[in-house]
Amino acid sequence: MERLAPRSTADVAAIVADCTARGHRLNVIGAGTRAGLGHPVTADAVLDLGAFAGIESYEPGEQIITLGPATPLAELDAVLTDSGQRLAFDPPDTGPLFGEAPGLGTIGGAVAANLAGPARPRAGAARDHLLGIEAVSGRGEVFKAGGRVVKNVTGYDLPKLLAGSFGTLAVMTRLTLRLGGRPPGTVTAALLDIAPAEAGHLMQRIAGSGLEPVAIAYLPAEVAVRERHPLAAAALLVRFEGPASALPERLADLQRLVGTAAPVEAIEGPDSDDTWAAVRDVAGLLPDGERALWRLSLPPAAGCGVAMDLTAALPGLRWFADWAGARLWLAVPAGADAAAETVRAAARAAGGHALLFRAPLTVKARVPVFEPPAAGVGAIERSLRAAFDPAGILNPGKMGPA
Amino acid sequence: MSLTMPVPDGAVIEGRADLLAHLARLLPADAVIGADSALAAYECDALTAYVQRPLAVVLPRTTEEVARVLRACLERGVRVVPRGAGTSLSGGALPLADGIVLSLARFNRILDIDLDNRCITAQPGVTNLALTKAVEADGFFYAPDPSSQIACTIGGNVAENSGGVHCLKYGLTTHNLLGLEIVLMDGTVARIGGGKTLDAPGYDLLGVVTGSEGLLGVVTEVTVRLTPAPQGIGALLAGFATVEAAGEAVAAIVGAGIVPAGIEMMDNLAINAAEDFCAPGYPRDAAALLIVELDGPAGEVEAQMDRVSAILADHGATSQKRTRDAAERLGFWAGRKAAFPAVGRISPDYLCMDGTIPRARLPEVLGRIASLSADYGLRCANVFHAGDGNLHPLILYDANVDDELARAEAFGADILRTCVAVGGVLTGEHGVGIEKRDLMGEMFDDTDLAVQQRLKCAFDPKGLLNPGKVFPVLHACVELGRLKVSGGKLRFADLPRF
Repeated sequence: MERLAPRSTADVAAIVADCTARGHRLNVIGAGTRAGLGHPVTADAVLDLGAFAGIESYEPGEQIITLGPATPLAELDAVLTDSGQRLAFDPPDTGPLFGEAPGLGTIGGAVAANLAGPARPRAGAARDHLLGIEAVSGRGEVFKAGGRVVKNVTGYDLPKLLAGSFGTLAVMTRLTLRLGGRPPGTVTAALLDIAPAEAGHLMQRIAGSGLEPVAIAYLPAEVAVRERHPLAAAALLVRFEGPASALPERLADLQRLVGTAAPVEAIEGPDSDDTWAAVRDVAGLLPDGERALWRLSLPPAAGCGVAMDLTAALPGLRWFADWAGARLWLAVPAGADAAAETVRAAARAAGGHALLFRAPLTVKARVPVFEPPAAGVGAIERSLRAAFDPAGILNPGKMGPA
Repeated sequence: MSLTMPVPDGAVIEGRADLLAHLARLLPADAVIGADSALAAYECDALTAYVQRPLAVVLPRTTEEVARVLRACLERGVRVVPRGAGTSLSGGALPLADGIVLSLARFNRILDIDLDNRCITAQPGVTNLALTKAVEADGFFYAPDPSSQIACTIGGNVAENSGGVHCLKYGLTTHNLLGLEIVLMDGTVARIGGGKTLDAPGYDLLGVVTGSEGLLGVVTEVTVRLTPAPQGIGALLAGFATVEAAGEAVAAIVGAGIVPAGIEMMDNLAINAAEDFCAPGYPRDAAALLIVELDGPAGEVEAQMDRVSAILADHGATSQKRTRDAAERLGFWAGRKAAFPAVGRISPDYLCMDGTIPRARLPEVLGRIASLSADYGLRCANVFHAGDGNLHPLILYDANVDDELARAEAFGADILRTCVAVGGVLTGEHGVGIEKRDLMGEMFDDTDLAVQQRLKCAFDPKGLLNPGKVFPVLHACVELGRLKVSGGKLRFADLPRF
């Protein structure tokens, strides 16, 4: 397939305008490491944004960075770490989930898929950190939106609309993101041998407390003891951040809060960071054979219950919960349809929805990756698509039939 | 400012009696206001310099009634201005001569409190503060806290993406919203966002409707996240001999990785106005005052207060007080919270501006405001949400003096131009409305604005919902939608291809 490699925003605009005029469809990629996410794109050419890599301006004092979308996350992370900062939404490295090497994903891909790590309930997702954009619409026009400050209500929040749109509305050529400071100290509390039902309740008590946990996850035994999760048993994990001197008190407070449920064990230093990186990257459910991976969004208190119901209904299911139960990751035998009906029905009944994060193409051909839109919403989405990309040339099919 | 609103549709105005009769058939008798005297109450919002009597006001009680009204208005080509409590400072709820006002005042019930999932669902006419009041006994609060929180409604907060003094740590409305029910101009009812989940499938419609100033749809139900009340709260109050020193202290606190619940700054005029008004014990001779609030687990608050105190001292604080006591802390805040009435006491009228700038540019922007103040011959008191660079200059004027309003508006426009010039934006939390509409060109070019207006067209193709706000020039959706094709000749022949 033809591969177009624009070097400037003007190049992108010219290409898109031309392709729109000719009805040529474009598969827009950064590093291409998240190609397995969503449906396969049907395109006539690849629009490779690889040249849009690098940091344009970084103002640590303002906690703001402007950069090209193809900047690798690993490179960005190294620069930010040097200044004691980070992306607070902590995007996962999804490469290994799709059979790619780790460490290749770009910031643009993380934004386009609106990814977020375990700190999402407190810190937000990519959408909450994308302050401004420059982009090329499907009409081949260059536009900007948002700004370079956090507090901004000047015009519609198009950065939020483009975050999570999988490149189907516009081609982002420049991103401005807000940054967070790295905390002076961090510690993970582990409560071991907790059963799923009890974990579901405990996580809500902890999340609803004044302890300000940064992340709360639950790993059932079969996931906890896998590679990269060197825990001895089912584990409820709670991450705290703050001045190092204040952390022991948080562990003591947590022990008081959970009482006799389990002793609080501290995981410190690099072990703590590794544990959360594994949760973030879904390492406990890395592909083994023909398994499909589901990502569920649920009301937090419903998470563990849904997982237990599905465990009973689907032999061979493995799972863990992040975001205090609001995010559930499920690995199921791929079969013909990845048990889509059962999984989606359970998510809906609990007030949530499910995304088929990874599956063989044969499954994706039968099962929509994204939850079908609710009443009234589908028509708005189609109108928006038509407003931004009237010829439907940007990543057609990525989010489902165009 | 000479404000041009969309040309009223004479036929719609002519058909007012018929419209009123039709609305009366669609809604209960008490839900349609047509009497001139009663309409007077709706002719402006908190931007009181502009008034316009609407054709009618409707006060529906249900989503179905809202849908009925909107469908009827679409059929008749009648413009609709949604309104919450009318506390907008940017004129977002200014009526139109040929439009009706759709008040959400009767959508005033809390529908569901779900502490296990840490969220609350309410109708849009519930006040911001009522959400917190409903859950504070259980140890929760709703974090965004605009100064008008006793009066402003959650629906209005969604429309303007409101902030408040605590959004430095807890985020703006958009970061605390989970789901909405909205009604489109054609009567379509749509649930957007995730309900009680953190994200939603498909495009981020929730993100784009938040802060859309009533131009995309009418919000009829809101689900927001609740935050656990902090274990401990502490506050520090420090005076500085120069604004620069105070600004540098703010940058140093944030740069140290500390995330205070809020950092507020007041300049000398604002300090003295507050002292005259309610004597909060501020240092009258200070050029700038900082209030830093820290909250969180008790031990951490103490540790962070020590760090902040040291930073304030390092940056030359001329006076410092700190407290963990609730009454004393509220005393620190009393003057800041009363800044608007305090300024109201020393001037017959004032305009409240709302730009945001990169924090580091604060001293420079304040210097510019001071020189503009001299040029225009009008005083300006400055209060800011300093932690996030959100300025609220209060321009003092007297509407009864010939050209003072015009001068105040020109002064305000120059301040906002300065904000944009240093890399900031026209509005941080008050919205564009009519107030900053004609300045949009300072930040956005015609293409940027066309892209935004096409988004509007996707929701409201006839442009009947709150027209005349946000966009300086209105284009018909048909014209905006046209695809400009330029011959189909390859203009990128020299590109690398593989």
